[in-house]
Amino acid sequence: MTDTTLADPANGADISAERLARNRKRAFRRGLMPWLFISPYLILFVVFTAFPLIFSVYLSFQEWNPVTGLSGMRFVGLANYTQAITDPWLWKSLYNTVWLALATGIPQHLIAIPVAYLLVAAFQGAFRHLYTATMFIPFITSTVAISLIFYTIYSANNGILNQWLLALSGVPVIGIVFAWVPEAMPIRWLGSADLLKPAIAMVVIWKYTGFNIVIYSAGFLTVSKDLYDAAKVDGCNGWQQFWYVALPMIRPFIFFALTLTIIGNLQLFEEPFILTAGDSGGVSQAGLTAAYYLYLVGWEWLEMGSAAAISWILFAFIAIATSVHFYFNAREGLEGHN
Amino acid sequence: MAALKRNLPAVCKHTVMIVGVLVTIFPFVWVAMMGTHTRSEIYSSPPPFYFGDNLISNYERLLEIMPFWLVLWNSLYVSILGTVGAVFFCSMCAYGFFAYRFRGRNVIFGIMIASMMVPPVLTLIPFFLTVRFLGILDTHFALWFPGVANAFGIFLIRQYMTSSITRDLLDAAKVDGASDFRIYWSVVLPLIKPALATLAIVMFIGLWNNFLTPLIVLSTPDKYVLTLALRSVQSLANSPWGAIMLGTFLSMVPLLVAFLFFSKQMMAGLTAGAVKG
Repeated sequence: MTDTTLADPANGADISAERLARNRKRAFRRGLMPWLFISPYLILFVVFTAFPLIFSVYLSFQEWNPVTGLSGMRFVGLANYTQAITDPWLWKSLYNTVWLALATGIPQHLIAIPVAYLLVAAFQGAFRHLYTATMFIPFITSTVAISLIFYTIYSANNGILNQWLLALSGVPVIGIVFAWVPEAMPIRWLGSADLLKPAIAMVVIWKYTGFNIVIYSAGFLTVSKDLYDAAKVDGCNGWQQFWYVALPMIRPFIFFALTLTIIGNLQLFEEPFILTAGDSGGVSQAGLTAAYYLYLVGWEWLEMGSAAAISWILFAFIAIATSVHFYFNAREGLEGHN
Repeated sequence: MAALKRNLPAVCKHTVMIVGVLVTIFPFVWVAMMGTHTRSEIYSSPPPFYFGDNLISNYERLLEIMPFWLVLWNSLYVSILGTVGAVFFCSMCAYGFFAYRFRGRNVIFGIMIASMMVPPVLTLIPFFLTVRFLGILDTHFALWFPGVANAFGIFLIRQYMTSSITRDLLDAAKVDGASDFRIYWSVVLPLIKPALATLAIVMFIGLWNNFLTPLIVLSTPDKYVLTLALRSVQSLANSPWGAIMLGTFLSMVPLLVAFLFFSKQMMAGLTAGAVKG
């Protein structure tokens, strides 16, 4: 009975039923609204992140060359994983990654913290901004461009770095420090297994120190003048003010910057890739990082299954490194922030 | 002498900073200089540390080894579309999370935050396969579109909304009879301009400098973006380094010029997460 009247809006006796239906419809539309607004994220997340992640778990148990199409997939169980962990290149790449993460991460912060402190304590206005901004520039320029520039700077025979070292060895007094240079020429920065990693590390340090300086400057700016004054009254000298007052106060910033450095450094790819001209990680794979290795396996050797397995191994690696960092630093890092 | 003694701390502190500045800008000066020299000048010993007079011939050589202006246009096109798309879609999603209470909101928001922790390396292979599967391999679309509604942008803008927009304002607009989309578009968007600018800066710089995605997605040289095109001429036989350095320098110019004018905003934007602690 009500069904037929609902279908007939001209029937005046059932206005209330009609209104009910309209209200329900409106409520439904209201309920739908937030989903409409967040739908772009939901769709893109499912298509480009969630589904691919799940698929990559599946893929890591398959052998597959993408050229053969989806039908060329073959289940191989754990073979990709066992193959990956028995591949000496994987271990080499993990070693290189950790080496580079430490050799680039530690100096970045050891330089950035005092420089930022000096910037905040001894400069203001235009000078502070000029110095900070200039040192930030490497961070906004493309890693590819920067790596290409350093590729020429490092050139063995005529690179400007070697030429300057040579010139320095001829200078009186400081020349003594560089006396070894003429005999070592040409120094193959990118062509010897011992020097490749330090050469890569220098580029990374050069690129990211300015970024950390800006973060730490922001941190030191949050420390109130009163604290320094109180410390001064208590007889703290400049060094003690830095060590006992300023440094503990910027712990959350140190924590944040370290987190970024750890996550970023463990994924280092572009600097080693360009500095070795994309050639299998450079001489005796000294510049092969984990992400670089992943690229080789997936796109040069076309073994997508193995590459998927390697990316999960790498993920576990990053997760462990980050949790160790969180475990030791998070409480202090987060507590210091009031 | 007394004056020098008084000024010594100032001299020292400026010296420290000037050393830092010189180390920072040296590679930029170097690349600009190399762009003006011939290959044989670059390979002479010692290499020239001054500007040469082969800019024009390097430029001509650059156009021979890559369609430079087309590639620059590709970079610009991808970066602009990705930036505009992100500003629109991220703010829209952020509004959805901010303005409504609905079942599942906190769960989805939590998943979104967690997804920011997933290292991009992990999604590289599956991303490539998805792009291939969708048939958008070797298109610019695959470079800018997948990131237009990204977790970072949504999170950034939602945080800004919670600190700058009151619920009363939304209710008042509703009472005035504004539709949902209209409230978002005419009431909320104008109030969150600073956050939109921050997101735009981060997106544009990220897209302009992106190398890994183009590397795995693009294969036609005419579709290359700057980073990929520069990398592709690095290993040419008898690399014309003067031309490559000129191209490298030109590829950095747009962001450097932008930085000259907007250094404060760009630094604040790129360190946005840090400053909030």
